[in-house]
Amino acid sequence: MNWLPPAALAALLVAFPAQAQQKIVPAQSSIKFVTKQMGVAVEGQFRRFDASVAFDPAKPEATKAEFEVDLASIDFGHAEAETEAKRKGWLDVASFPKARFVAAEVKPLGGGKYHARGTLSIKGSSRELTAPFTLAESGALRIVEGQFPLKRLQYRIGEGAWSDTDTVADEVVVKFRFALPR
Amino acid sequence: MTSPAGYTRTAIALHWVLAALIVFNLGFGLYTVDLPLSPQKLKLFSWHKWIGVTVFALAAARLLWRLGHPPPSLPDAMKGWERRLAGGAHALLYVLFLAAPLTGWLFSSAAGFQTVYLGLVPIPDLLEKNREAADVLRFSHRWINYTMAAVIAGHAFAALKHHFVDRDDVLARMLPFLRPRTR
Repeated sequence: MNWLPPAALAALLVAFPAQAQQKIVPAQSSIKFVTKQMGVAVEGQFRRFDASVAFDPAKPEATKAEFEVDLASIDFGHAEAETEAKRKGWLDVASFPKARFVAAEVKPLGGGKYHARGTLSIKGSSRELTAPFTLAESGALRIVEGQFPLKRLQYRIGEGAWSDTDTVADEVVVKFRFALPR
Repeated sequence: MTSPAGYTRTAIALHWVLAALIVFNLGFGLYTVDLPLSPQKLKLFSWHKWIGVTVFALAAARLLWRLGHPPPSLPDAMKGWERRLAGGAHALLYVLFLAAPLTGWLFSSAAGFQTVYLGLVPIPDLLEKNREAADVLRFSHRWINYTMAAVIAGHAFAALKHHFVDRDDVLARMLPFLRPRTR
C-alpha cells in the first residue's frame, strides 16, 4: 500500500485512532437549564457547545470526555434576560467565555444507566460533581441523556442583589442530551 | 326589557373593586416595565400578573352577573348618539378587561415565564416559548392597555359630566353615598 497518499493515510489515522474520539452531532444535542424564578420554572439553553468523547460501551471505565459550552450562546427567551445573564454579576462571559466539564470516571450502573464523575468549571470556579445519564442507541447514533443540579452561588452566578434566592433559586438543573456517532 | 331602578350591591362592589385593581395595575405595569432587570422587577412583575388574573376573574364574574341582573336604564334626557356611545364604551371596556389579562398571560407564556397565581396555582401555558409571538403579544398587551386607559378616562369624564353638568343620578347610582337623602 505504498501508493496510498499521505493525506488519506492521515485521514485513516484520524478516523480510527486507538480510542476513537467522537464528535457530537449538534443538531440532535442540547444543553438546557431550568431555573426557578419567583417559584416558577424557567428554561433556557446554550446554543453552542462542543465535546470530544471517547466512549466504548464495552469499556465505560476507559471513557474520556470533555465538554465545552460557549456561554455567550445563552438563549433565555428574551434579549433583556440574555444581556443580563452575560454581565459580570451572572456568567461574566467577557472574562470567562466557556464552561467546561471534564469527566474523570464513568461508572456503569446496569440497564443503560451510568454515572459520570468529573469537574465542572464555570466563571473561574471548579467543583466536582456526579451526573447520572442514560445511554440509548438510535439508528446510527448513541444518545447520552441526563441531568444534574448545581448551586449557582457556588460558582458566583448571580452576585449582589441577585444572590437573593427568594427571587431566583440557588439550584439550577442542567439537562443534557448528546448525540454521538456509533 | 324591564330595567331595575338601580344597580345591585354586588354590581356596585364589583365595579369599584375592579376599578381600583385596574387603575392600580395600569400604573404599576407602566412603572415596572421600565425598571432595569433586578430581583425587585421579577417580584413586581409577578404581583402585576397576579392582579391581572384577579381582574380577569372579577371582570368575568361581573359580566356573568350582569347577564342575570341588567343595569338600570339611562336617563331619558340622553340623546340617541349618547346612548350608543355609552353602550359601545361599556361593551369595549368588558372586552378590554378580558383582553388585557389574556394578552399578558399569553405574553408570559411566549416569553417562557409561566404565570403561577399567587405563587401557588400554575396557570397552564397555552403557547410554547416563542420569541416572535412574545414580541407581538408584548406590543398587543401594551396597546390594549393604553386603549383601556383612554376609555376608562372617557368613562370617568362622562360620569362626572352626568353628575355636575346634566345633574342626573348616573354617578350617584354607582356611588350610593352621593344620593341625596331626600330621594
